[in-house]
Amino acid sequence: MPFLIIKRILLGLITLFIVSLITFVGTEILPGDACTTYLERQAFGEQLEACYRRLGLNVPAYERYVSWAVNAIQGDFGYSLSGEMPIKEVLGPRIKNSLVLASAAIFIGIPIALILGIVTALWRDKLPDVAISTVTIFAMTIPEFISATLLILIIAIWLEWLPGIVIVPTDVSFLELLPNIILPVIAIAMIMTAHMARMVRSSVIQVMASEYVQMAILKGVPYWKMVFKHVLPNALLPAINVVALTIAWLLGGVVVTEVVFNYPGLGRLVIESISNRDLPTVQALAIILASIYVSINLLADLITLMLNPRLKTLQIRK
Amino acid sequence: MKLKNIYQEEKKSNLAKVSEIIITMASRPSGFIGLSILIFHVLLAFISPYIAPYDFKAINPTLMLQAPSAEYWFGTDDLGRDVFTRTILGGRTALTITFFGSLIALLWGGLLGIFCGLVGGKTDDIVMRIVDAFLSIPWILAMLLIVSLLGTSTEVLIPALGFFYGKGIVRVARAATHDVIAKDFIVSARARGHSNFSIIYNEIIPNVRDAILVEGAMRWSWMLLGFSSLSFLGFGVSPPTPDWGLMISNARGLMSFAYWSVIAPIVGLSSLIIGINLTADAFAKALGIDRSTKAPV
Repeated sequence: MPFLIIKRILLGLITLFIVSLITFVGTEILPGDACTTYLERQAFGEQLEACYRRLGLNVPAYERYVSWAVNAIQGDFGYSLSGEMPIKEVLGPRIKNSLVLASAAIFIGIPIALILGIVTALWRDKLPDVAISTVTIFAMTIPEFISATLLILIIAIWLEWLPGIVIVPTDVSFLELLPNIILPVIAIAMIMTAHMARMVRSSVIQVMASEYVQMAILKGVPYWKMVFKHVLPNALLPAINVVALTIAWLLGGVVVTEVVFNYPGLGRLVIESISNRDLPTVQALAIILASIYVSINLLADLITLMLNPRLKTLQIRK
Repeated sequence: MKLKNIYQEEKKSNLAKVSEIIITMASRPSGFIGLSILIFHVLLAFISPYIAPYDFKAINPTLMLQAPSAEYWFGTDDLGRDVFTRTILGGRTALTITFFGSLIALLWGGLLGIFCGLVGGKTDDIVMRIVDAFLSIPWILAMLLIVSLLGTSTEVLIPALGFFYGKGIVRVARAATHDVIAKDFIVSARARGHSNFSIIYNEIIPNVRDAILVEGAMRWSWMLLGFSSLSFLGFGVSPPTPDWGLMISNARGLMSFAYWSVIAPIVGLSSLIIGINLTADAFAKALGIDRSTKAPV
């Protein structure tokens, strides 16, 4: 067990290392650099030299990578180009805001997805399944920006129930944020819930068809006891991993949703820094988003490891 | 003469197989709906330039934001352009770019996956680590960076989309190859002294083809979603090209009093994505593959 956990953590770290290399090399080989972008037409002679010195661009690339990586591990990503502010300070409130949004969506989404997935699996091909599955297919396939736009059109403009666009400063307290985030949370939770519900459904169906469940039925175990004791624990384990992958994948969707609602989170920062060609910030964002992805996956793997009795005995026997 | 006959017979049976799969797909209600929507959109993409009633880029200040009427079926947008014309033309770019993008994704993802599954060992480990690393950079960040630095031309978009949506196919192809590789016929092909290339071409590809094709069909709908998101964010095709993502983002600011110019492209894009999704689902079921347990990576 401890060996497996350490191995997983190491693999995650290696992945992050490769990501840092890719982003560094990627931003390096693309035409232009921070100084030529920043100075635009004045990019020559004295000024260019001074800028190179200020940003430390006058040393070889591998040295810059090492110093950048060492600082990044300590949480220091250098200075952003557009705001002339430490990237750390720009990122802080943005990360907080995005976390509020994402965790609200996850906490609403997971219970609903579990219920919908189990209901559709137990009443497979009957009316509840057909109805719910049709809705989930719609919720899952329609792009975030369309569902978000429709939510604004119907709930904010036609019904006038909630504000359609978030117009709060970046560092605002949670309570002030609350009425503003309801629509973005619904938009993100909808697509996430649909994905997860489908996975839970097929996982439950698979377990229901297995031999030990058939055995339990033949033994005369009451239906609901069988569902809760034999089916669900076994069906939800494999789902955890896939749910984690889905959450990580939806990071991209969060970017779009934040732009639609003008929400001051990481996603909007992605668009802003790319529009401004603020490469130091883009590098920092790539590393942070990749770390989120890797840690979600790691967490899912560890949960699966700890909850799965079969894996435990496997390791002991070895 | 005899050889030719055998060849013809085989070809016929392939055609029969394909038509059998399509019939199986269409025999389920969801598959039938998906196929019809997809065929409708593909046909529309081919004939829309000939049936469009107005010029898609003709700006007319006197006709700004007209409500739907007999003359302008879906109304006009903020520049006085006909929304119906732009809507029926709006899927062409997206369909073309994502179709070729998925082909590229299928090719490189499938081949690399098969190769990794076959050779195994150190090479496999290293390649999969790199693929994992690429997977963990959010696609949207990578795409935005590429597009903002290299431009939004088709020659940039198709390979970039193909590359970023092929990563997941590598995993699927590799797993499918792993399932096949332990089978007896691979062992006997090796014993017969066949080269790696011959084994891949004759033994592995026919056996992993279904899984990869299903994955590719799914990628197509995700790529379409990703491409329209890029257009929506202003990083896809450039105006005045009619494109649904772009139209939605333009019309969004005015939707409180001109909802028609945002509803029409929304219906177009949603129906196409749902159509491809249902078709891919039916395709998977017709081939006997359950893809609902897979994560969209």
